Amino acid sequence: MRFITWATSPWGQSVPTHIVWGLIWVAVIAGLFFMIVHSLYLIVVKPPKRFAERTAEVNAAGIPERVPRHSLAARLFHWIMAASMLTLLFTAFLPKVGIQFNWVLYHWIAGCVLTVSILYHIVHASFFLDFWSIWPDKTDLRDAMNRVRRFFGKEAPSPSKFAKYPLENKLYHGAIMLTGLAVMVTGLFMMKRVQTGIFTRNPYLFSDMTWGLMYVLHGLAGVGLIALVMVHVYMGIRPEKLPITKSMIFGWMSRDFYLEEHDTGRWAVKAPASKTKEGYAASDGD
Amino acid sequence: MAVIRDVMPAFDLLQPDSAADAQKLLEQYGEDAWVMAGGLDSFDWLKDRIKKPKVLVDLSGVEELKGIRATSDGVEIGAMTTLTEIANHPAIQRDYSVLAQAVELVASPQIRNQGTLGGNVSQDARCWYYRGGWPCYRAGGNICYADTPVGRNREHAIFGANRCVAVHPSDSAPALIVLDAKFVMQTPKGEREVDAEDYFVGPELDITRLNILKPGDLLTAIRIPAKWAGAKFYFEKVRDRNVWDFPLMNVASAMKLEGGTISDIRIAVNAVAPKPMRLRAAEDAARGKPANADTGEMAGKLAVVGAVPLQFNGYKIPLMRNLVKRAIVGAQEAA
Repeated sequence: MRFITWATSPWGQSVPTHIVWGLIWVAVIAGLFFMIVHSLYLIVVKPPKRFAERTAEVNAAGIPERVPRHSLAARLFHWIMAASMLTLLFTAFLPKVGIQFNWVLYHWIAGCVLTVSILYHIVHASFFLDFWSIWPDKTDLRDAMNRVRRFFGKEAPSPSKFAKYPLENKLYHGAIMLTGLAVMVTGLFMMKRVQTGIFTRNPYLFSDMTWGLMYVLHGLAGVGLIALVMVHVYMGIRPEKLPITKSMIFGWMSRDFYLEEHDTGRWAVKAPASKTKEGYAASDGD
Repeated sequence: MAVIRDVMPAFDLLQPDSAADAQKLLEQYGEDAWVMAGGLDSFDWLKDRIKKPKVLVDLSGVEELKGIRATSDGVEIGAMTTLTEIANHPAIQRDYSVLAQAVELVASPQIRNQGTLGGNVSQDARCWYYRGGWPCYRAGGNICYADTPVGRNREHAIFGANRCVAVHPSDSAPALIVLDAKFVMQTPKGEREVDAEDYFVGPELDITRLNILKPGDLLTAIRIPAKWAGAKFYFEKVRDRNVWDFPLMNVASAMKLEGGTISDIRIAVNAVAPKPMRLRAAEDAARGKPANADTGEMAGKLAVVGAVPLQFNGYKIPLMRNLVKRAIVGAQEAA
């Protein structure tokens, strides 16, 4: 099966033009496949939640009833990015499956919104949040190994509770970061090829081969995002994950969920200064 | 190379003798089918070996698609009616002379004898980068070779460019738009009728087609209502070679006058955008005003608002302004 369409340039060079649009359905099927397999695994195998108990005493009374998790700024970023990402996906791929509209205009506008939101996020996360909280650490890797060993029935210590973000979140963040940056950077260059009013058109900025590869990368990252977004939405609406999803809406999660899922040592929440339901966290607000 | 370019790729030739059979064949073969009317556009593509369909559905044997018939509300012209027959038809000359003038200015007598109305409105873009087989947006690639700093774009669009800057080349299309014609199609879902201006699509909606025909669809007839019969018409075509050429621009108007005042008007131009343009703003402004040079001047200025010229087609803006003016007051008065 071909994954890329090729054409002959005016100079007789064989150049890639874009991905084969059938990959859209490959991505959709991959996303659905993941959902089905994951759901079946949870229904049939029913894996127990087994975390290692912390040896230190947890002072639950010192933890607010509502544990702050995401600041308003972080939540706004997330939902603006989500809206622009969905707009980008729908405007990119609906015309390819026969739904016709003036997609280029909406696509590049949504791309600009996504770009600005990502730039904001990079600055915000680098200088105002705990930058390393979203990257896998040694504990995550050790626990991942242990979980794999236990999955295959081998002896291994129970994994630790999560830090602020489970390893799956961190890996997903890494994947979405790579694909997002790929579509963003290639998309910005591709704006030089269409009339936007922002850039002066210059389709000869790169060679035909470079342009072709750029379109292919943009397409591959785009269809990759279809599957990634499907998986993200699926995880977001799973019952056991709803407290995390709600925290992205309201900014906080319950003390019970926090204590059940998260390691108070790896993600410390300070005691509130006063007794209110809101809590005054040491959360980095990411 | 000359031999290769004269030899068509192999395909199965299917020659239905009814519109229903033709539509069924088009539906059966979908994207693999190529529908041929007069063949004047088709043979270019096929002999240049740029389009390589698996089957070619030749409509020349479908008699029901030919001829001009009077209806209770105007006339119906079969899609396979030749341009010569339309230009010479007494009813068309008497009541819808703008169409007779338009089709009489298409190409050469030989081409008009072979070319059909359905083919003329459904023909593909003439951008030479596209016709040359280069991998441009319209051909499924990712670039417009005409819209570059050095691209040859003298004939290209000043309106409606959206990645592709090719223009629609039909002469009959603007005449049919001002006559408020309806295009009748047989589709897999049955008969469908659309206004003339809705038959054409720009690249913002579908960059690979100039009209709404999809695989499996067949244009069968064009119905012209009596509403504009006998109105004051104007058609003018500007081209490089007056004996035989595609339009650099053309304009058609239909006007109803009451004592020198324009009571109703429709104006359309072509070869300025990827689809024929109806000039609604100019029509609205001219309605209720005297059909004189001042109104023509004003309509012409309104018509070019928003035009974006490319490197080599800036001349199209004054050309369009003046053609619209002449469409209201006539060539002599406008001079």
